[in-house]
Amino acid sequence: MKKTKQLFAGLILMALGLGTAQAEYTLNLMKGATKVSHDIYDLHMLILWICVFIGIGVFGTMFYSIYHHRKSRGHKAAQFHENTTVEIIWTIIPTLILIGMAIPATKAMMELDDVQESEMSIKVTGHQWKWEYEYLDNGIHFFSSLDEASNKARQVGSGIDPFTVENYLLEVDKPLVIPTKKKIRFVFTAKDVIHSWWVPDLGWKKDANPGFINESWTSVDVPGTYRGQCTELCGKDHGFMPIVVIAMNEPEYNAWVEKQKSAVAAEAGSASKQWAKEELIAKGKSVYETNCSSCHMADGAGLAGTFPAIKASKVVTGDINAQVKLMLDGKGMMPAFGKMLSPVDFAAVVTFTRNGLGNAVGDSIQPSAVQALQSATPGAGKNE
Amino acid sequence: MSAVVAEHDDHHDHGPAKGLLRWVITTNHKDIGTLYLLFALAMFFVGGSMAMVIRAELFEPGMQFVNPQFFNSMTTMHALVMVFGAVMPAFVGLANWMIPMMIGSPDMALPRMNNMSFWLLVAGVLLLASTLFMEGGAPASGWTLYPPLVLQTGKALPFAIFSVHLLGISSILGGINIIATIFNMRAPGMTLMKMPMFVWTWLITAFLLIAIMPVFAGAVTMLLTDKFFHTSFFDAAGGGDPVLYQHIFWFFGHPEVYVMILPTFGVASTIIPVFARKPLFGYSSMVYATAAIAFLSFIVWAHHMFTVGMPIAGELYFMYATMLIAIPTGVKIFNWTATMWKGSMTFETPMLFSIAFVVLFTMGGFTGLMMAVAPADFQYHDTYFIVAHFHYTLVPASVFILMAAGYFWLPKWTGHMYDERIGQLHFWLSVVSVNILFFPQHFLGLAGMPRRIPDYAVQFADWNMISSIGGFIFGASQLLFLYIVINTIKGGTGEKVTGEVWEDAAKHSLEWTLPSPPPYHSFTTPPTVIPTEHM
Repeated sequence: MKKTKQLFAGLILMALGLGTAQAEYTLNLMKGATKVSHDIYDLHMLILWICVFIGIGVFGTMFYSIYHHRKSRGHKAAQFHENTTVEIIWTIIPTLILIGMAIPATKAMMELDDVQESEMSIKVTGHQWKWEYEYLDNGIHFFSSLDEASNKARQVGSGIDPFTVENYLLEVDKPLVIPTKKKIRFVFTAKDVIHSWWVPDLGWKKDANPGFINESWTSVDVPGTYRGQCTELCGKDHGFMPIVVIAMNEPEYNAWVEKQKSAVAAEAGSASKQWAKEELIAKGKSVYETNCSSCHMADGAGLAGTFPAIKASKVVTGDINAQVKLMLDGKGMMPAFGKMLSPVDFAAVVTFTRNGLGNAVGDSIQPSAVQALQSATPGAGKNE
Repeated sequence: MSAVVAEHDDHHDHGPAKGLLRWVITTNHKDIGTLYLLFALAMFFVGGSMAMVIRAELFEPGMQFVNPQFFNSMTTMHALVMVFGAVMPAFVGLANWMIPMMIGSPDMALPRMNNMSFWLLVAGVLLLASTLFMEGGAPASGWTLYPPLVLQTGKALPFAIFSVHLLGISSILGGINIIATIFNMRAPGMTLMKMPMFVWTWLITAFLLIAIMPVFAGAVTMLLTDKFFHTSFFDAAGGGDPVLYQHIFWFFGHPEVYVMILPTFGVASTIIPVFARKPLFGYSSMVYATAAIAFLSFIVWAHHMFTVGMPIAGELYFMYATMLIAIPTGVKIFNWTATMWKGSMTFETPMLFSIAFVVLFTMGGFTGLMMAVAPADFQYHDTYFIVAHFHYTLVPASVFILMAAGYFWLPKWTGHMYDERIGQLHFWLSVVSVNILFFPQHFLGLAGMPRRIPDYAVQFADWNMISSIGGFIFGASQLLFLYIVINTIKGGTGEKVTGEVWEDAAKHSLEWTLPSPPPYHSFTTPPTVIPTEHM
């Protein structure tokens, strides 16, 4: 058993050594960027030290006994087998320690739970496999998925070294932007399966359950970029739906809000313009890679038994309007993309699938035509 | 008494049947125990190979060997095979072998049902394994089978559910048999409070099994009807609630983890006193602590669901109730320490594994206590911290104790002594590598690595590599155990073992009063002297 002890000592030393060698290493829980996360960190350290203290006591006694009370040292066995006083003591002392732990834990729990008097609200919806953010106060709304560089590198046999990709698997195309020093209420739900939204620096994670709403809140003190991941197994690409939160000071945040609003206006403009087929195919390729390839595969071959192939698909090689309608409304595991893609992206990806991935139907569709189909289908394809 | 003896004399032909059919039709507790143990060992290697696939993929960042869907199937199947194919059957095998011998009876109370339990288990596990080859792959939603995700499983879903039903029936029948045996087959004078701890822990475990397996069967049946018969128990669109499944599952799942740890406690309480040459400290408090843990296991389930969105009152209740478990568990650890205290210890392989169990299980207990604290669990939940926690309570606890039990009783079962040097080599390799494997996972979890992901950000790379290396060494070391088992069955060191095997073991428990190997029907006449050293 001495060796086990040495091993632990070795591991700890190794940990310390590596810790100084490379600053990126974290062995302990992060303190985080909010008051709640600091409280949780303190709670964590309190229990950790209690455990270390008890561990030293128990293991110390055991190793003393193992060393001294062994037959090879000629120790004769005592024959006692109970001692009521001792047994009562080692029942009561742990009880008191537990009460001591429960008090700060209860306080922290109450604080975490109190979403009242929030200054703004953001709705977070989990999708397979991306996050949807909706600012309930100013109407800003967007999807956030794994960024392209990580997505390319993470394919089986991509040949790209993850160490060369900046923030590998922890970078998104569109981060969530929040103001600092404001109490922000988050509401969580999910479209398909259960997801869980976790940014360690905020101090908590919360499950996003389909059909139900969960709440939580944060108030970030320091501007910065905080990264996290989905923490509830949500299928094939569970490991590939990161979260990036950028906390900005109020003026910068307001500027960001204005920029988003004008981007929406520009988007509307580009939807009404006439696009060339080649332009749509080129744009559609990247839309396909971000939104479709995780199920239908990068080459459009699909996955037998679960995800249908795009290549030579009856839907894709059939009537273009029927394909658009299916994609707008979704079907089974296929989400309703009318809610996720802009008309331009939508038209682009439809055109791409019909003229790429081994298909050569030859036709194309304009964003304006998509919009027309969208408004012809009541309820589907529009943002609520 | 003479009538019993005379009757026995007329039945000399009651030996094992000849040939391979013996193992199919056997109703003998030792034969069935052997089948259970060998099956569990085989599944330990099957589940272990899946773990090797997982650790190989996680060796470096980036996707090298498998696609993410298959990775998820591996984590799911690794857990299901290890829980239902390896650890539980191994303890049932020990129960079959040891309970009749420990309480002084000839066999289990319901021998034919015993045979059926075993073959249902085999059918269930084979059915589960067959899903690996089905269209859409094996279940990939984690062993908890949470909806709605699990409903996206391909052709495998109904087969996996039926397999759970078979495993459940097998466990319930096994549980009934154990309870019937303990209540009806004890030798005269073997009162409940004189039973060895292993028998006590299995009695309590058997009640847990009977209480929880129907709950799990019910939960998966609801999944089945949701998928195929248009019910919506777990679908909000039809008025259901996916979180309801989690409540039902963990009402099963939390006692289930104690099904795997209570018999572990029993074996540890059996082995430590023998090698400390001292009675077990606090026998009755051990019994009460076991019962208390079993009771608490039914009222703490939602601590697996702190982040699911419960009302604050629920969060606080489940936090307090969970913290209470530390008290009876602490009593057990203190009792084992007190049993060693002022003993006259020797350190043969079973004792080494048992001491490692006490130390490393305590480590798992500490992290368990940390996670009981709900607000802190908001950070720990579903990260590698929890992976480290439950592997500490399962591998260097349950699995180590199963190894200890193997070394402890193999000489009794076979009449041959195992090779102590190789046994000790196996121990040291295992105990070092298991810590290299699981200890760094604490760091990974705290640093922010979620569980069940096939690829990770580069700051997690080094600890994952260390963990994988530990995993490969641990996996390879277990081949030594396989070698020892085969070698001991074939004759071991050639040294003749006595009935007692270990010094003064017969003072502790009845099985050591029988010759090694014991007769086919353990006690054909009830023993007259009941050992009380363990009390």
